Amino acid sequence: MAAYRCPVCEYTYDEETGAPREGFPAGTPWSDVPDDWNCPDCGVRDKVDFEPVEEA
Amino acid sequence: MTSAVADAQPLQATWSDPKRYLWLFGLVVPLLPFIAYGMVELTGSGLLWWVGPFVVFVLIPFLDQVIGKDAENPPDSAIKWLEQDRYYRWCTYVFIPLQYAGLVFACTQWANGGLAFFEELGLAMSVAMVGGIAINTAHELGHKTKKYEKWLAKVSLAQTGYGHFFIEHNRGHHVRVATPEDPASSRLGESFWAFYPRTAWGSLTSALHLEKVRLDRLGKPFLSIQNDVLNAWAMTVVLFAALTAGFGLEVLPWLVVQAIVGSSLLEVVNYLEHYGLLRQKQDDGRYERCAPEHSWNSDNVASNVFLYHLQRHSDHHANPTRRYQALRHFEHLPELPSGYATMIVMAYATPIWRRVIDPMVVAHYGGDVTKANILPRKREKYLAKYGPSAEAA
Repeated sequence: MAAYRCPVCEYTYDEETGAPREGFPAGTPWSDVPDDWNCPDCGVRDKVDFEPVEEA
Repeated sequence: MTSAVADAQPLQATWSDPKRYLWLFGLVVPLLPFIAYGMVELTGSGLLWWVGPFVVFVLIPFLDQVIGKDAENPPDSAIKWLEQDRYYRWCTYVFIPLQYAGLVFACTQWANGGLAFFEELGLAMSVAMVGGIAINTAHELGHKTKKYEKWLAKVSLAQTGYGHFFIEHNRGHHVRVATPEDPASSRLGESFWAFYPRTAWGSLTSALHLEKVRLDRLGKPFLSIQNDVLNAWAMTVVLFAALTAGFGLEVLPWLVVQAIVGSSLLEVVNYLEHYGLLRQKQDDGRYERCAPEHSWNSDNVASNVFLYHLQRHSDHHANPTRRYQALRHFEHLPELPSGYATMIVMAYATPIWRRVIDPMVVAHYGGDVTKANILPRKREKYLAKYGPSAEAA
Protein backbone atom coordinates (compact mmCIF):
# COMPACT_ATOMS: atom_id res chain seq x y z
CA MET A 1 0.00 0.00 0.00
CA ALA A 2 1.37 3.39 -1.00
CA ALA A 3 1.12 6.80 0.64
CA TYR A 4 1.16 10.29 -0.85
CA ARG A 5 2.04 13.52 0.91
CA CYS A 6 0.88 17.09 0.37
CA PRO A 7 3.99 19.17 -0.41
CA VAL A 8 2.69 22.12 1.64
CA CYS A 9 1.38 20.82 4.93
CA GLU A 10 2.58 17.23 5.06
CA TYR A 11 -0.93 15.78 5.20
CA THR A 12 -0.48 12.20 4.04
CA TYR A 13 -2.99 10.08 2.16
CA ASP A 14 -2.32 6.47 3.06
CA GLU A 15 -4.18 3.94 0.89
CA GLU A 16 -4.39 1.62 3.87
CA THR A 17 -6.38 4.06 6.03
CA GLY A 18 -7.91 6.15 3.22
CA ALA A 19 -9.70 9.38 4.22
CA PRO A 20 -13.13 8.28 5.47
CA ARG A 21 -14.45 11.79 6.18
CA GLU A 22 -13.61 12.72 2.58
CA GLY A 23 -15.51 9.73 1.26
CA PHE A 24 -12.51 7.47 0.61
CA PRO A 25 -12.84 4.44 2.88
CA ALA A 26 -9.83 2.50 4.13
CA GLY A 27 -8.22 0.65 1.23
CA THR A 28 -9.25 3.16 -1.48
CA PRO A 29 -6.40 3.18 -4.02
CA TRP A 30 -4.86 6.54 -4.90
CA SER A 31 -5.99 6.06 -8.51
CA ASP A 32 -9.63 6.18 -7.35
CA VAL A 33 -9.16 9.62 -5.81
CA PRO A 34 -10.28 12.27 -8.34
CA ASP A 35 -7.61 14.61 -9.76
CA ASP A 36 -9.40 17.75 -8.59
CA TRP A 37 -9.51 16.59 -4.99
CA ASN A 38 -7.43 18.98 -2.91
CA CYS A 39 -5.58 18.60 0.34
CA PRO A 40 -8.20 18.44 3.11
CA ASP A 41 -5.91 20.17 5.63
CA CYS A 42 -4.46 23.16 3.77
CA GLY A 43 -6.45 23.38 0.52
CA VAL A 44 -3.36 24.79 -1.22
CA ARG A 45 -2.44 21.81 -3.42
CA ASP A 46 -4.42 19.31 -5.52
CA LYS A 47 -4.06 15.56 -5.78
CA VAL A 48 -1.76 15.85 -8.80
CA ASP A 49 0.76 17.81 -6.72
CA PHE A 50 1.03 15.13 -4.03
CA GLU A 51 4.35 13.34 -3.72
CA PRO A 52 4.75 9.61 -3.13
CA VAL A 53 6.18 8.82 0.29
CA GLU A 54 9.38 6.79 0.09
CA GLU A 55 9.27 3.47 1.86
CA ALA A 56 11.47 3.66 4.95
CA MET B 1 12.23 15.05 27.13
CA THR B 2 12.25 14.80 23.36
CA SER B 3 15.22 15.95 21.38
CA ALA B 4 13.16 18.65 19.64
CA VAL B 5 12.41 20.30 22.95
CA ALA B 6 16.01 19.89 24.11
CA ASP B 7 17.21 21.56 20.90
CA ALA B 8 14.81 24.40 21.42
CA GLN B 9 16.01 25.24 24.92
CA PRO B 10 19.06 27.36 24.07
CA LEU B 11 17.08 29.26 21.43
CA GLN B 12 14.28 29.95 23.82
CA ALA B 13 16.85 31.58 26.05
CA THR B 14 18.18 33.87 23.31
CA TRP B 15 14.94 34.81 21.52
CA SER B 16 11.76 35.82 23.26
CA ASP B 17 8.55 36.70 21.47
CA PRO B 18 7.96 40.44 21.87
CA LYS B 19 4.26 40.03 21.05
CA ARG B 20 3.69 37.17 23.49
CA TYR B 21 1.56 39.06 25.99
CA LEU B 22 0.08 41.48 23.47
CA TRP B 23 -2.18 38.65 22.23
CA LEU B 24 -4.10 38.96 25.49
CA PHE B 25 -5.48 42.24 24.12
CA GLY B 26 -7.49 40.12 21.70
CA LEU B 27 -9.61 39.14 24.68
CA VAL B 28 -10.66 42.76 25.19
CA VAL B 29 -12.93 42.35 22.14
CA PRO B 30 -15.38 39.78 23.59
CA LEU B 31 -15.54 41.89 26.76
CA LEU B 32 -16.89 44.89 24.79
CA PRO B 33 -20.55 44.45 25.90
CA PHE B 34 -19.39 44.45 29.53
CA ILE B 35 -17.05 47.39 28.94
CA ALA B 36 -19.96 49.26 27.36
CA TYR B 37 -22.15 48.55 30.40
CA GLY B 38 -19.40 49.67 32.80
CA MET B 39 -18.86 52.91 30.91
CA VAL B 40 -22.58 53.67 30.74
CA GLU B 41 -22.88 53.08 34.49
CA LEU B 42 -19.82 55.22 35.16
CA THR B 43 -20.78 58.19 33.02
CA GLY B 44 -24.54 57.93 32.82
CA SER B 45 -24.35 58.37 29.04
CA GLY B 46 -26.31 55.82 26.96
CA LEU B 47 -24.16 56.72 23.94
CA LEU B 48 -21.47 54.48 25.36
CA TRP B 49 -23.42 51.37 24.39
CA TRP B 50 -21.86 52.11 21.00
CA VAL B 51 -18.33 51.53 22.30
CA GLY B 52 -17.88 48.42 20.07
CA PRO B 53 -18.08 50.20 16.70
CA PHE B 54 -16.07 53.07 18.21
CA VAL B 55 -13.23 50.70 19.07
CA VAL B 56 -13.25 48.95 15.67
CA PHE B 57 -13.76 51.94 13.37
CA VAL B 58 -12.06 54.74 15.33
CA LEU B 59 -9.79 53.56 18.15
CA ILE B 60 -7.94 50.71 16.38
CA PRO B 61 -7.38 52.78 13.18
CA PHE B 62 -6.06 55.56 15.42
CA LEU B 63 -3.74 53.13 17.22
CA ASP B 64 -2.57 51.78 13.83
CA GLN B 65 -1.39 55.30 12.98
CA VAL B 66 0.19 56.01 16.36
CA ILE B 67 1.89 52.67 16.98
CA GLY B 68 2.84 51.98 13.38
CA LYS B 69 4.25 48.82 11.86
CA ASP B 70 6.24 45.87 13.04
CA ALA B 71 8.05 43.69 10.53
CA GLU B 72 9.87 41.48 13.01
CA ASN B 73 9.71 37.75 12.35
CA PRO B 74 10.50 34.88 14.65
CA PRO B 75 13.72 33.17 13.55
CA ASP B 76 13.00 30.11 11.40
CA SER B 77 14.49 27.85 14.03
CA ALA B 78 12.03 29.14 16.63
CA ILE B 79 8.87 28.58 14.60
CA LYS B 80 8.36 24.98 15.63
CA TRP B 81 8.37 25.53 19.37
CA LEU B 82 6.49 28.79 18.98
CA GLU B 83 3.69 26.80 17.34
CA GLN B 84 3.80 24.14 20.01
CA ASP B 85 3.51 26.57 22.91
CA ARG B 86 -0.04 26.02 24.14
CA TYR B 87 -0.28 29.45 25.74
CA TYR B 88 -1.06 30.97 22.33
CA ARG B 89 -3.90 28.53 21.67
CA TRP B 90 -5.51 29.33 24.98
CA CYS B 91 -5.58 33.01 24.02
CA THR B 92 -8.01 31.99 21.24
CA TYR B 93 -9.94 29.31 23.16
CA VAL B 94 -10.81 31.71 26.00
CA PHE B 95 -12.32 34.13 23.48
CA ILE B 96 -15.28 31.80 22.94
CA PRO B 97 -16.79 31.54 26.46
CA LEU B 98 -16.30 35.30 26.85
CA GLN B 99 -18.03 35.85 23.48
CA TYR B 100 -21.12 33.94 24.64
CA ALA B 101 -21.10 35.48 28.12
CA GLY B 102 -21.34 38.84 26.33
CA LEU B 103 -24.17 37.67 24.10
CA VAL B 104 -26.21 36.38 27.06
CA PHE B 105 -25.48 39.57 28.96
CA ALA B 106 -26.71 41.61 25.99
CA CYS B 107 -29.94 39.60 26.00
CA THR B 108 -30.52 40.46 29.66
CA GLN B 109 -30.11 44.13 28.73
CA TRP B 110 -32.39 43.98 25.67
CA ALA B 111 -35.04 42.14 27.69
CA ASN B 112 -34.89 43.86 31.08
CA GLY B 113 -32.38 46.71 30.88
CA GLY B 114 -34.94 49.46 30.32
CA LEU B 115 -32.83 50.83 27.47
CA ALA B 116 -33.94 53.40 24.91
CA PHE B 117 -34.03 52.28 21.26
CA PHE B 118 -30.73 53.94 20.30
CA GLU B 119 -29.09 52.29 23.33
CA GLU B 120 -30.42 48.85 22.39
CA LEU B 121 -29.16 49.45 18.84
CA GLY B 122 -25.75 50.55 20.14
CA LEU B 123 -25.51 47.39 22.22
CA ALA B 124 -26.48 45.31 19.16
CA MET B 125 -23.67 47.00 17.20
CA SER B 126 -21.17 46.30 20.00
CA VAL B 127 -22.29 42.66 20.10
CA ALA B 128 -22.00 42.54 16.29
CA MET B 129 -18.36 43.67 16.47
CA VAL B 130 -17.67 40.76 18.85
CA GLY B 131 -19.48 38.33 16.52
CA GLY B 132 -17.60 39.65 13.48
CA ILE B 133 -14.20 39.39 15.13
CA ALA B 134 -15.23 35.98 16.48
CA ILE B 135 -15.31 34.84 12.83
CA ASN B 136 -11.61 35.71 12.77
CA THR B 137 -11.06 33.60 15.89
CA ALA B 138 -13.02 30.80 14.24
CA HIS B 139 -10.87 31.30 11.14
CA GLU B 140 -7.71 30.67 13.17
CA LEU B 141 -9.20 27.56 14.79
CA GLY B 142 -10.95 26.22 11.67
CA HIS B 143 -7.62 25.93 9.85
CA LYS B 144 -6.18 23.62 12.47
CA THR B 145 -6.17 19.88 11.97
CA LYS B 146 -7.29 19.00 15.48
CA LYS B 147 -10.93 17.94 15.67
CA TYR B 148 -11.76 19.89 18.83
CA GLU B 149 -10.33 23.09 17.34
CA LYS B 150 -12.55 22.71 14.28
CA TRP B 151 -15.49 22.16 16.62
CA LEU B 152 -14.61 25.30 18.59
CA ALA B 153 -14.54 27.20 15.28
CA LYS B 154 -18.06 26.02 14.55
CA VAL B 155 -19.25 27.06 18.01
CA SER B 156 -17.73 30.51 17.59
CA LEU B 157 -19.49 30.95 14.23
CA ALA B 158 -22.92 30.12 15.67
CA GLN B 159 -23.43 33.68 16.92
CA THR B 160 -23.42 35.07 13.39
CA GLY B 161 -25.02 32.07 11.64
CA TYR B 162 -21.85 31.74 9.55
CA GLY B 163 -21.26 28.04 10.22
CA HIS B 164 -20.75 27.43 6.48
CA PHE B 165 -17.65 29.63 6.64
CA PHE B 166 -15.25 27.00 7.96
CA ILE B 167 -16.14 24.70 5.06
CA GLU B 168 -16.15 27.26 2.27
CA HIS B 169 -13.12 29.16 3.51
CA ASN B 170 -10.81 26.15 3.81
CA ARG B 171 -11.97 24.08 0.86
CA GLY B 172 -13.31 26.80 -1.44
CA HIS B 173 -11.59 30.12 -0.86
CA HIS B 174 -8.10 28.75 -0.23
CA VAL B 175 -8.29 26.62 -3.37
CA ARG B 176 -9.60 29.32 -5.72
CA VAL B 177 -8.16 32.45 -4.10
CA ALA B 178 -7.31 35.34 -6.43
CA THR B 179 -9.22 33.84 -9.37
CA PRO B 180 -12.53 35.00 -10.89
CA GLU B 181 -14.06 31.72 -9.66
CA ASP B 182 -13.64 32.66 -5.99
CA PRO B 183 -16.66 34.49 -4.53
CA ALA B 184 -14.47 35.78 -1.67
CA SER B 185 -11.79 37.44 -3.86
CA SER B 186 -12.82 40.98 -4.78
CA ARG B 187 -12.16 42.34 -8.26
CA LEU B 188 -10.60 45.54 -9.48
CA GLY B 189 -13.44 48.00 -10.01
CA GLU B 190 -15.81 46.16 -7.71
CA SER B 191 -17.10 48.30 -4.84
CA PHE B 192 -17.55 46.69 -1.43
CA TRP B 193 -21.30 47.20 -1.83
CA ALA B 194 -21.32 45.12 -5.04
CA PHE B 195 -18.91 42.56 -3.59
CA TYR B 196 -20.91 41.98 -0.40
CA PRO B 197 -24.01 40.30 -1.90
CA ARG B 198 -21.87 38.39 -4.42
CA THR B 199 -19.57 36.94 -1.78
CA ALA B 200 -22.28 36.28 0.83
CA TRP B 201 -24.44 34.32 -1.61
CA GLY B 202 -21.57 32.76 -3.55
CA SER B 203 -19.82 31.49 -0.42
CA LEU B 204 -23.02 30.04 1.01
CA THR B 205 -23.93 28.14 -2.15
CA SER B 206 -20.35 26.99 -2.64
CA ALA B 207 -20.22 25.60 0.92
CA LEU B 208 -23.40 23.61 0.29
CA HIS B 209 -21.99 22.32 -3.00
CA LEU B 210 -18.72 21.22 -1.35
CA GLU B 211 -20.62 19.27 1.29
CA LYS B 212 -22.89 17.74 -1.34
CA VAL B 213 -19.90 16.43 -3.30
CA ARG B 214 -18.35 15.00 -0.13
CA LEU B 215 -21.59 13.36 1.05
CA ASP B 216 -22.24 11.94 -2.44
CA ARG B 217 -18.87 10.20 -2.25
CA LEU B 218 -19.82 8.86 1.18
CA GLY B 219 -23.14 7.64 -0.22
CA LYS B 220 -24.96 9.76 2.38
CA PRO B 221 -27.97 12.02 1.73
CA PHE B 222 -27.51 15.79 1.60
CA LEU B 223 -30.00 16.23 4.44
CA SER B 224 -27.90 14.51 7.04
CA ILE B 225 -26.55 15.36 10.46
CA GLN B 226 -23.13 14.67 8.93
CA ASN B 227 -23.57 17.65 6.61
CA ASP B 228 -21.18 20.07 8.33
CA VAL B 229 -22.91 23.13 6.93
CA LEU B 230 -26.35 22.06 8.10
CA ASN B 231 -25.21 20.91 11.54
CA ALA B 232 -23.31 24.19 12.01
CA TRP B 233 -26.43 26.19 11.10
CA ALA B 234 -28.42 24.01 13.48
CA MET B 235 -26.22 25.33 16.29
CA THR B 236 -27.38 28.85 15.45
CA VAL B 237 -31.04 27.79 15.39
CA VAL B 238 -30.69 26.14 18.79
CA LEU B 239 -28.77 29.12 20.20
CA PHE B 240 -31.29 31.72 19.00
CA ALA B 241 -34.23 29.55 20.06
CA ALA B 242 -32.78 29.07 23.55
CA LEU B 243 -32.07 32.78 23.98
CA THR B 244 -35.55 33.70 22.71
CA ALA B 245 -37.15 31.14 25.03
CA GLY B 246 -35.11 32.43 27.95
CA PHE B 247 -35.42 36.19 27.40
CA GLY B 248 -38.55 36.67 25.30
CA LEU B 249 -39.36 37.38 21.69
CA GLU B 250 -38.02 40.94 21.91
CA VAL B 251 -34.40 39.71 21.78
CA LEU B 252 -34.87 37.86 18.48
CA PRO B 253 -34.74 40.91 16.17
CA TRP B 254 -31.55 42.05 17.90
CA LEU B 255 -30.00 38.61 17.48
CA VAL B 256 -30.74 38.80 13.76
CA VAL B 257 -29.39 42.36 13.48
CA GLN B 258 -26.13 41.54 15.26
CA ALA B 259 -25.67 38.42 13.08
CA ILE B 260 -26.07 40.41 9.84
CA VAL B 261 -23.85 43.30 10.92
CA GLY B 262 -21.28 40.95 12.48
CA SER B 263 -20.95 38.78 9.40
CA SER B 264 -20.73 41.87 7.17
CA LEU B 265 -17.59 42.76 9.12
CA LEU B 266 -16.02 39.50 7.96
CA GLU B 267 -17.03 40.20 4.38
CA VAL B 268 -15.49 43.66 4.34
CA VAL B 269 -12.24 42.11 5.59
CA ASN B 270 -12.51 39.55 2.79
CA TYR B 271 -12.86 42.50 0.40
CA LEU B 272 -9.46 43.88 1.48
CA GLU B 273 -7.49 40.71 1.38
CA HIS B 274 -7.19 40.00 -2.35
CA TYR B 275 -8.65 43.07 -4.12
CA GLY B 276 -7.76 43.01 -7.82
CA LEU B 277 -5.05 40.36 -7.45
CA LEU B 278 -5.02 37.52 -9.97
CA ARG B 279 -3.26 34.21 -10.41
CA GLN B 280 -2.32 33.82 -14.08
CA LYS B 281 -3.42 30.79 -16.07
CA GLN B 282 -0.69 28.34 -17.06
CA ASP B 283 -0.39 26.55 -20.38
CA ASP B 284 -2.01 23.41 -18.90
CA GLY B 285 -5.15 25.40 -18.09
CA ARG B 286 -4.57 25.37 -14.34
CA TYR B 287 -4.01 28.58 -12.43
CA GLU B 288 -0.51 29.23 -11.21
CA ARG B 289 -0.10 28.20 -7.59
CA CYS B 290 -1.18 30.71 -4.95
CA ALA B 291 1.93 32.76 -4.24
CA PRO B 292 2.72 35.43 -1.65
CA GLU B 293 1.96 38.22 -4.18
CA HIS B 294 -1.70 37.17 -4.29
CA SER B 295 -2.65 38.70 -0.94
CA TRP B 296 -2.69 42.18 0.55
CA ASN B 297 -0.73 42.46 3.77
CA SER B 298 -0.35 44.99 6.53
CA ASP B 299 2.06 45.05 9.40
CA ASN B 300 0.30 47.60 11.55
CA VAL B 301 0.65 46.31 15.08
CA ALA B 302 -2.72 47.30 16.54
CA SER B 303 -4.84 45.62 13.83
CA ASN B 304 -2.54 42.60 13.85
CA VAL B 305 -2.91 42.07 17.58
CA PHE B 306 -6.70 42.23 17.42
CA LEU B 307 -6.84 39.96 14.34
CA TYR B 308 -4.26 37.30 15.31
CA HIS B 309 -1.81 38.25 12.53
CA LEU B 310 -4.50 37.84 9.86
CA GLN B 311 -2.80 40.68 8.00
CA ARG B 312 0.29 38.56 7.46
CA HIS B 313 -1.98 37.16 4.86
CA SER B 314 0.52 35.96 2.28
CA ASP B 315 2.20 33.63 4.75
CA HIS B 316 -1.24 32.45 5.87
CA HIS B 317 -2.15 31.45 2.30
CA ALA B 318 1.23 29.79 1.80
CA ASN B 319 0.90 27.86 5.07
CA PRO B 320 -2.78 27.82 6.07
CA THR B 321 -2.37 25.42 8.98
CA ARG B 322 0.42 27.50 10.59
CA ARG B 323 -0.59 29.03 13.93
CA TYR B 324 -1.03 32.80 14.10
CA GLN B 325 1.90 33.54 16.41
CA ALA B 326 4.33 32.03 13.88
CA LEU B 327 3.15 33.91 10.74
CA ARG B 328 5.83 36.01 9.08
CA HIS B 329 6.14 39.33 7.30
CA PHE B 330 7.82 39.45 3.89
CA GLU B 331 9.21 42.42 1.99
CA HIS B 332 8.10 43.45 -1.51
CA LEU B 333 4.57 42.06 -1.23
CA PRO B 334 1.32 43.94 -1.79
CA GLU B 335 1.10 46.07 1.34
CA LEU B 336 -1.96 48.15 2.21
CA PRO B 337 -1.40 51.75 3.29
CA SER B 338 -2.61 50.96 6.81
CA GLY B 339 -4.08 48.27 9.05
CA TYR B 340 -7.19 46.31 8.09
CA ALA B 341 -9.31 48.31 10.58
CA THR B 342 -8.43 51.56 8.80
CA MET B 343 -8.89 49.98 5.38
CA ILE B 344 -12.37 48.72 6.33
CA VAL B 345 -13.49 52.30 6.80
CA MET B 346 -11.95 53.21 3.44
CA ALA B 347 -13.66 50.24 1.76
CA TYR B 348 -17.06 51.58 2.81
CA ALA B 349 -16.22 54.85 0.99
CA THR B 350 -15.96 53.52 -2.58
CA PRO B 351 -14.60 56.68 -4.33
CA ILE B 352 -11.77 57.04 -1.80
CA TRP B 353 -10.94 53.32 -2.02
CA ARG B 354 -10.72 53.54 -5.79
CA ARG B 355 -8.56 56.62 -5.75
CA VAL B 356 -6.07 55.11 -3.28
CA ILE B 357 -6.04 51.37 -4.01
CA ASP B 358 -6.73 51.05 -7.76
CA PRO B 359 -3.41 52.73 -8.69
CA MET B 360 -1.65 50.43 -6.20
CA VAL B 361 -3.08 47.36 -7.97
CA VAL B 362 -1.94 48.70 -11.35
CA ALA B 363 1.51 49.55 -9.93
CA HIS B 364 1.77 46.05 -8.47
CA TYR B 365 1.42 44.67 -11.99
CA GLY B 366 4.07 47.06 -13.31
CA GLY B 367 1.46 49.18 -15.07
CA ASP B 368 -0.09 46.21 -16.90
CA VAL B 369 -3.71 46.35 -15.76
CA THR B 370 -4.60 43.33 -17.91
CA LYS B 371 -2.86 41.13 -15.31
CA ALA B 372 -5.34 42.18 -12.62
CA ASN B 373 -8.60 40.46 -11.66
CA ILE B 374 -10.92 43.04 -13.24
CA LEU B 375 -14.67 43.15 -12.74
CA PRO B 376 -15.91 42.02 -16.20
CA ARG B 377 -18.45 44.81 -16.66
CA LYS B 378 -15.80 47.45 -15.83
CA ARG B 379 -13.08 45.89 -17.97
CA GLU B 380 -13.29 48.33 -20.88
CA LYS B 381 -13.34 51.28 -18.53
CA TYR B 382 -10.26 50.12 -16.64
CA LEU B 383 -8.35 49.30 -19.81
CA ALA B 384 -9.14 52.80 -21.09
CA LYS B 385 -8.07 54.40 -17.83
CA TYR B 386 -4.96 52.37 -17.01
CA GLY B 387 -4.16 50.46 -20.22
CA PRO B 388 -1.24 51.15 -22.57
CA SER B 389 -3.30 53.52 -24.74
CA ALA B 390 -4.11 55.60 -21.65
CA GLU B 391 -0.41 55.97 -20.89
CA ALA B 392 0.32 57.13 -24.44
CA ALA B 393 -2.40 59.75 -24.27
